Amino acid sequence: MTTRDEVRTTKPDNGVADAGGGRVIEPDAQPQASAQIRHLLDVDSLTPEQITTLLDSSEGMLEVLSRDVKKTPALRGKTIVTVFYENSTRTRISFEEAGKILGADVINVSVSASSVSKGESLYNTALTLQAMQVDALVIRHPHSGAPHFVARYVNAPVVNAGDGLHAHPTQALLDLFTLRQKLGSMDGKKIAIVGDVLYSRVARSDILGLVKMGADVVLCGPPTLMPAGWRPGVSPTETGMESVRIAGDVGEALDGADAVMTLRIQRERQDAGHLPDLREYSNMYGINRRRLALAKKDAPLLHPGPMNEGVEISSDVAHGAQSVVEEQVRNGVAVRMAVLYAICSKGRDRAAGTDE
Amino acid sequence: MAHKKVIRNGRVIDPSQGIDRLADVLIEDGKIVEVTNAPLESIAEDHEVIDASGLVVSPGFVDLHTHLRDPGFEWKETIESGTKAAARGGFTTVCAMPNTDPCQDSAAVIEDVTRRSLTGAAVRVLPIGAITKGRHGKVLSPMGELAEVGAIGFSDDGDPVSDANIMRQALTYATGLGLPIINHAEVHSLVHGGVMNEGPVATRLGLPPVPASAEAVMIARDIELAALTGGRLHVPHVSTAAGVELVRAAKSRGLDVTAEVTPHHLTLDDTWVYGLHGEVPDAVPAVAYDTNTKVNPPLRSVADVAAVRAALADGTIDIIATDHAPHAATDKVCTYDEAAHGINVLETAFGQVMQLVHQDLISLSDLIDPLTAAPARILGRNFGTLAAGSNADIALLDIDSEWTVSADDFASLSRNTPLEGVQLKGRVVETLFAGESVWRSDRLEQPAS
Repeated sequence: MTTRDEVRTTKPDNGVADAGGGRVIEPDAQPQASAQIRHLLDVDSLTPEQITTLLDSSEGMLEVLSRDVKKTPALRGKTIVTVFYENSTRTRISFEEAGKILGADVINVSVSASSVSKGESLYNTALTLQAMQVDALVIRHPHSGAPHFVARYVNAPVVNAGDGLHAHPTQALLDLFTLRQKLGSMDGKKIAIVGDVLYSRVARSDILGLVKMGADVVLCGPPTLMPAGWRPGVSPTETGMESVRIAGDVGEALDGADAVMTLRIQRERQDAGHLPDLREYSNMYGINRRRLALAKKDAPLLHPGPMNEGVEISSDVAHGAQSVVEEQVRNGVAVRMAVLYAICSKGRDRAAGTDE
Repeated sequence: MAHKKVIRNGRVIDPSQGIDRLADVLIEDGKIVEVTNAPLESIAEDHEVIDASGLVVSPGFVDLHTHLRDPGFEWKETIESGTKAAARGGFTTVCAMPNTDPCQDSAAVIEDVTRRSLTGAAVRVLPIGAITKGRHGKVLSPMGELAEVGAIGFSDDGDPVSDANIMRQALTYATGLGLPIINHAEVHSLVHGGVMNEGPVATRLGLPPVPASAEAVMIARDIELAALTGGRLHVPHVSTAAGVELVRAAKSRGLDVTAEVTPHHLTLDDTWVYGLHGEVPDAVPAVAYDTNTKVNPPLRSVADVAAVRAALADGTIDIIATDHAPHAATDKVCTYDEAAHGINVLETAFGQVMQLVHQDLISLSDLIDPLTAAPARILGRNFGTLAAGSNADIALLDIDSEWTVSADDFASLSRNTPLEGVQLKGRVVETLFAGESVWRSDRLEQPAS
């Protein structure tokens, strides 16, 4: 795992390792246009410079998003396929809107989990999409590593839209983008993440991205919903995560925080024995006005959505002055535009024979 | 006329007799005549000569834990292909696990496997009977009948006997037969959908974790039941430090408990799931989630690997068993969650475990014992030895020969190894079963440099 120290000593050089397998690709001639990434499987494969480039590009995309005529020809003639093996409304729509604003043709495929077992294997789906010459593939899957699996069999760049418990890199990027808008540099900022860290791909990617950008991350959640061994006072060498702390209670986590991120709590956790009930969860870990007041004044409150109001987040703060939930959604489109543009323009380079 | 052979000038290692010296092995009609240092001239010219200069001459290996997949899953492995793979790996006796279809819970199926093995197997096949009917953990199988037709022990394989009372009855019942109960040591409710070892790698990859205690809790229960019943308990594929400690304590109590460890749990840890042969990457690469590393019990932590190695060296773990578990590509070309458990081991086993000798963790003789004499003791059979009169089951080993694993060369019908492209040091160059060559590598004709 990349530690903060390693990240900080990483210097921009003339070539960056791609996400797929360590091959070196050519330097980015137009930093504003492209962060030069092959696949986006998680944020761990991005350098801080690449993240910054993507966020800079997202600023421009946000401007496009606010125009009367929200259409650019940047990806005209490109076909982007989203394949969702899990129900999702916001993430799928976000990718679809991002692709369409950039002028790409976006095809959405929804595969219900129940039909997977009797239907086509992921392997054959990957080969089929490969044969159809799609320009980018956006995939969400309930199994960790499914996008990595697909990336092994298709030439098209693969964007991970959430895999199992593993990663949700575009969520991490949009969270970083939102935090940058509110806080500027992440360096030394205390970011509290509260909730179900164990089952959260959002938390995993957020932690990696925040640490990479220099933030200090404090986690808090029920001990049953933290990864094995992640307990208060654990040394970073045990978790493998530099500059990540585990707080003993939610007050300690939020105390003086520059920003607060809440995670969605799933009702299934109760059935699996992780939680007594949602009422107790809300009492002990829910973010409400009283708890939010422990953070810095005006500290932004983030939630990846969809929210269980009254459980992990009270309605008043969910829609209060510090909530940036709607900005996260809007920023999500901009960040996904930046990501799709970066990987598809990379694809154009490859088609022209300038890569590999 | 009697068929006579002599294996000349090899370093003969036979732990059953405490032999480790340069010697010749005389064979007649498929039986060992003697291990001798007699001058060559005294050996009559009617002997076929196998030159074993520079090689180790070992009793053929005995594997107490093999999945031949036959009957029922013949696209993964058959008695023929699995025993050919065994021969290439130096194994001359394999014990066939009962998770076949139909499963080996009736005399008819055991007899079918035995009968077809007599004509179709390259080496000896000894069937293991199911503990319970259908391996469902509810009702005991007809163990007496299974023993009568040749079952050498009982196991429900990957399905642990979760009901403690059924396990108690099984251990008690089998005392009348003198055979071991081999119970997959895993508490299902603690596995809870997990697919790899709990720890930093699982956290990083977001794979549902299996805690080490899923194994230890079951071993602890089974040991207490062995104490209660006086039954014979054999613990398969011990993979954790905690499991090792429990077995050690049981032995010091004088209980009839034996244990095995696999080549992969001795040599691979959970970082192999990253798909980079044990290297830990900064960023999870596309090659990660290597489904060929998915096995039950899962590959464990570095500390667990050290613990099982130490336990093998100090005798706490009695034997090395392969848990050879061939699977077709469709079982492995999928996501990690979907993939079948199991590693294809027979043909890489010796090269893998030789790592312990090359790293000076164990002597060569102490490595060969848990592959030969020790499992034969658990079986109570006269295999795994070069004693006069025993079957001439022999493996010729080049312990320093380096080779690269290529699953396409496997005799096994399946290719599911995480070691593809990995260099191993130590190989089996020839295997004799009842005096006849059942595997010979090209290397034998080209003397090792």
